[in-house]
Order: sequence, then structure tokens, then C-alpha cells
Amino acid sequence: MADMVNVYLFGKKYEVPASLTIMEAFEYSGYQLVRGCGCRNGFCGACATIYRIKGETELHGCLACSTKVEDNMYVATLPFFPLEKKVYDINQIKPTEQIMMQLYPEIYSCVGCNACTKACTQGLNVMQYIAYAQRGEYEKCAEESFDCVMCGVCSARCPAGISHPQVALLARRLTGKYLKPEAKHLTERVKAIENGEFDALVEAIMDKPLEELKELYNNREIEK
Amino acid sequence: MSLPYTQEMLDSIKKVEAGRSARVNGPEPRRMTADEKDALLQKFHPDYNTSSFEEIKVGPNKGQKAPKELVEMLQANSRIKDMDINLKDPDFDVDVLVIGGGGAGASAAIEANEGGANVMIVTKLRIGDANTMMAEGGIQAADKENDSPAQHYLDVMGGGHFANVPELVRKLVCDGPSAVNWLDHLGVLFDKDENGNMITTHGGGTSRKRMHAAADYSGAEIMRVLRDEVINRGIPVVDFTAAIEIIKDTEGKAAGAVLMNMETKELLVARAKTVVIATGGAGRMHYQGFPTSNHYGATADGLVMAYRAGAELLYQDTLQYHPTGVAFPAQIYGALVTEKVRSMGAMFVNREGEVFMHPLETRDVAASGIIRETKERGLGVHTPVADGVWLDTPMIDMIHGKGTLEKRLPGMLRMYMRYDIDMREVPIVVYPTLHYQNGGIKIGVNGMSGVENLYVAGEAVGGIHGRNRLMGNSLLDIIVFGRNAGQQASKKCKEVELKELTLSHVDAFEKMLDEAGLHNDLVSPKLLPDYRPQGVTRLN
Repeated sequence: MADMVNVYLFGKKYEVPASLTIMEAFEYSGYQLVRGCGCRNGFCGACATIYRIKGETELHGCLACSTKVEDNMYVATLPFFPLEKKVYDINQIKPTEQIMMQLYPEIYSCVGCNACTKACTQGLNVMQYIAYAQRGEYEKCAEESFDCVMCGVCSARCPAGISHPQVALLARRLTGKYLKPEAKHLTERVKAIENGEFDALVEAIMDKPLEELKELYNNREIEK
Repeated sequence: MSLPYTQEMLDSIKKVEAGRSARVNGPEPRRMTADEKDALLQKFHPDYNTSSFEEIKVGPNKGQKAPKELVEMLQANSRIKDMDINLKDPDFDVDVLVIGGGGAGASAAIEANEGGANVMIVTKLRIGDANTMMAEGGIQAADKENDSPAQHYLDVMGGGHFANVPELVRKLVCDGPSAVNWLDHLGVLFDKDENGNMITTHGGGTSRKRMHAAADYSGAEIMRVLRDEVINRGIPVVDFTAAIEIIKDTEGKAAGAVLMNMETKELLVARAKTVVIATGGAGRMHYQGFPTSNHYGATADGLVMAYRAGAELLYQDTLQYHPTGVAFPAQIYGALVTEKVRSMGAMFVNREGEVFMHPLETRDVAASGIIRETKERGLGVHTPVADGVWLDTPMIDMIHGKGTLEKRLPGMLRMYMRYDIDMREVPIVVYPTLHYQNGGIKIGVNGMSGVENLYVAGEAVGGIHGRNRLMGNSLLDIIVFGRNAGQQASKKCKEVELKELTLSHVDAFEKMLDEAGLHNDLVSPKLLPDYRPQGVTRLN
């Protein structure tokens, strides 16, 4: 018999193998998941979860797909959290300090409690990236927030009502579009293709008989 | 917290460590010849395991083979069998209906919106709950000086065993740079150097370094930007709502879909002038019992719906098994270890510490090589979960400098650290995992299937990648063909005059099943896998 532990799914007690993730514990206990289950591997943020170990005071945020069950774990999933998402036209806005003030002014109400950072399921320094956003340092905000899966646990814990993942996403898009230098080789290649400069080359290779194409492939030079 | 490897694994690691600096400093391992690859594939690739395939008995691909589990779904009962659905008073009435909220669906919707169409997305989970979100390694595009669309074309055709549809490949490679450019201008944070040059690497089977990445969150970064853009444009997204049948009009053209609310089970009708199927792959069908790297919703729904509507499939018998799925620990069994780990220098090593193949053979060859190493040669690494081979990840920082792995592969590092495995210090154990549906619904260059006004984009398409897809060509394909489908569908809808809606093709398909004597109790599309324990008595 495998090692078993007691978990309390939405407060109800179930006995499950100790090796399972929280998500697998739900399924083992008979839940057919629709909500709160996505990529099952820590990338999509669908399975935000809050838990507390019986007898302890600390509340933990985690992803159910990537966290092992523990004995006496009280679990509540948070399959949806009402984040505030402002709409904007990426071609009209500019990476100025004003744009954050305009779209997400609540970030300036941050009280510095650091609950967001403590709750982050990805171990990110959430309060720090919000600080960067406040100062209009979008590249730093982008880098600090890059691994965010937008699960929303940070926002669930925020007394100032900040939608951290949305703030970070705006900062990343501003960085990607306006602050990183242009990829000139890419711009030029797009233009060259549009001008038909590669048409002859492509047509020539498409016209080759199969055997010749195979020969070409098997002996092609591979960049070191 | 301690490393959860067994003593046997730790003993084997000593042999792996002994040869590490020779591997880092020595010449690259030899690549296989074309004949060696063919022989290896025939003997060990799961696509050649004939007992796992079955003949399709009805429909456009009658007489051809497909995985048993897919045949079962193609020949199962419609979820609305014998029901009288009121098609006269649709709940939604739009120009373009996009089914699926992944990268292809989002790209299609954005372009349809750009083209002035009234477009709506329906998705059975949330927008962004898709394989796109999980694509780690990168996106190919021939945008460097030493590269060209023709060179990319050659790699794609060779990787696909020359079975690819040439016109689709041409579109893929020629539109590649503009696809990356489009994403760049939407604000996707690609890895660039200080001058703005894209940092590009190899993938398995590439002859030029044309893999663009956003760390190892490439797909996630693309998906969250596309999702944001969909919302910014005010495109309606009806989530937790699955399409379960395509609706046609009396002229036999696609004209909408029957939808089901995943939670309340309410049925709804969407009427549309054009329909885009962007429903993704099939990993959660667990063909041949393989674990999968795929999203929870990857159940081939689009193939089933389109097939019932009369669309032909292409290469439905070819799947991609990613060579590096997690073999240990149990909690992430089957999860993806991005190919980028090998692009950055990590090699395959067997239990005895020997390199047994070049790390960047194409995926089908690499997967077959690992299966041979464990099953035939008996040189796999035993773990409490599954046998596999070592992927020697500590090589990465030795080659590129300390801190590289953390910076370029943060997602991988985090995934393993959750289970106390520091891949910078110790190698990891990998084994092939069901990763990608190479085949799918047949389309033309305009993105349309064999059914008029029914477009398909993304992993649900068959033919672009032939019988094996290269790394980085899937993210490329969803953008190129997603955008294309959206553009074409929005253009086409302007000239469509819908006739009366009908589901008679569903009845006709049921009749064909009857006549072929095929009866089962299953319903399709599958929508979600069921991981609850079997053998428990439950009321439904």
C-alpha cells in the first residue's frame, strides 16, 4: 500500500497517496475536472490554489498541477479571479510613466505589505515588479515578471486591489514593442520576401525531382 | 530536501559525470545516415507499430489506417444523436466562428477582426488553455543572413520525410519572417541581443540556427500577448463552451456549430458565414498508452466534427512522440523537456555513461533511438516510474558559462526544482512522450478544408509537416496558418449567403455507421479525458 495522507478538498476529508499532486488528488477522489485544470504542467495558470496546513497560520498560494499533497492540507482552488484588465490599442499607447497612471492607477496605492510576493506560485518578486511599473521602468518590470503564469493568486491577496499580472503584461508588451531595439535583419528579410527576392530560389527547390531533393537534404551543410 | 534519485541512479550518474568534460570539449557525436535512420524508425517508432492502428470503416478516409483510439472516436455516436435541435433561432449569429482559443484560434480571430468581420471565439476551456501555452523551445523563421526560405523548405521537407504538401510548406517558410515580425510588433518579448538581433539556435533537424525564443516560455509569451490582443479588440470569447457538431446549410456549406456549455450542459446554436476549426491536437487520447506533454483539452475534437461534416483527413496515422518527456519523477511524468535543452548542448547518455546518438536528430529519429537504447539494448536508466535515458543537463553551464541554464531555461529549472532535482547539478531522465498530431484535416493553401467555408488552422491541420514535424515549426504554423484562415474566412464571409441550417450530415453519418454494422456506446467528440479511478460505482 502506498503512503497515504489526509487532504481536505474544499474542507472535506479524503485519503490519497502521498505522491500525488493536488490536482491528481482531486481526480483520485472522484472529481472530473472542468474548471481549474489546464496545461497540467505549470505554464497556464488555470489551477491557482490556496492551502493551509492544519495547525499553521500561513496561507500558501500554489498551482494544483505542480504541488504535491501534504498531510492535513486544507485546499481551496481559485479557478477564476476577477482581475481588472484595461483595454488599449498597442499601436496608440507609448511607454511613458503616464500610461500606467492612466490605465492602472491603483498600483500607486500599494501599501508594501508584500503579500503578493509571498503568495506568488512562481516564486516571483511581485512587489518589486510593481515598484518598477510605478516608476515607469518597464524593461525591469518585464524581466522581473517574465515567468508570470497569470494565475491571479497575488491579486487575491492584495489589499490595494492591484491586478498585478495585467500590469506586468502591459509592461512586457510595451517593452517588446517599443523599448527593445528593432531586429533589422528581420525587417529587411520581410521586405525582401515581399519584393519577391526569394521567389526564384523557392521555386527552384520546389521544382526538383524527389530524388534530387533527398540528395540535397542528406548532404546539406549544417551550420556549426 | 534531498535529491529523490535511487542509489542505482546515483551510481549511474558517476559514470555520466566521468565522461562529461570529454563530451563538452570533444567533437560532436556522429549523425546517422539516411539508411540508418530509416531502419531505426521502422523498427522502433510507434507509428510503425501496426497492431495499434485500425482501418477506418466509413467516411472520406474509408479504408485508411488511424490509431485505434481515434478510429473509435470517428465512429462513435454524435452527442446530439436523435435530438431535435432548433436551428431556426440561433443563440449567436456571426460572420466568422472560430472554434478553439489557442494560438491558431486567437491569430485567426485577430485577423478576421482586422478584416472587418464580426468574429467570435468559442473554446471549451479558457482562451489560452492550449498546447500553444506549453510550447517552450521556440519558433522557426529564416530571417538570418546565411538562411533563406528555400533552406527552411529543405529542412521541413526532409524532416517530414518528403510527405509534406509542398504548397503548404512554401507558405509556412515564406510567411515565417512576417509571422515573427507580426508577433514582435504586438510586443512579444523575443530573446534579442543589445543590437536587436534575434538570438537564434538550432532545433533537431535544422541546418541553420533559426529558432527564435522567449526564454523557455516561448509559447506562453506568444499566447498571453495574443490573448491580450483579442481582449483589447473586443472580440467576444465564449469560454467553457465546446463545439460538438458543425452545422451546415442546405447547400452543404459550413454554417455554424452546435455548442455545449461545459458546466451547465446547455446546448446552444451558433450560426456563422464561415467557420474556423482551431481545436488543436490529440495528446490526451493517449495513443498506445503513452503519457503526453499536451494540454488537458487535446482530444482531437476538431477532427471528429470535421470528419462527420465530410472533410477528409490527411496523415491521421502519424503522431509525434517527443523524445524528451519526463520519465521521473511521477508528478510530472510525460511532461515536456524542451528540445532547447539539447539545442544548448545537453546530450543523451545511457546508463553506462555512453553517448548513443547525436542530440539533435529529428524528433522521430531521436525518440526511436531512445526506445532502442532502453528496449533492445537494455542500457536505459531504471527509475521507480519508468525507464529512460539520461539527458546530461549540467553540460549546458559548462559550455556556455554558469548561470546560462537559469537564464535561458527558467521554466525547466523551476519544474524540476519543485521536486528537488537541480538540473544544473545532476542529469535528468527522459523517455518519449506523445507530443503532436502530425496529421489532421486536409486543407488547401487558402486554409479551407474539403467542406466549403470550413477553414482549419493549427495542429488540427494535416499535411504541413508531412510525417514528422520539426521543433519550432508548430508555433510558426499556428501563426502563419491561423492568420491566413482568419484573413480568408473574413474575406469569404462577405460573399456568403446562408441558406437554411441543417444537421442532416450528422444523421447521414449515423446511417453510414449503421449500414457498416458499427455500433458502440461511446459518444464523441471526447472533449476531456477522464482520470478518475476506474471500478468505482457512481451515478452520472
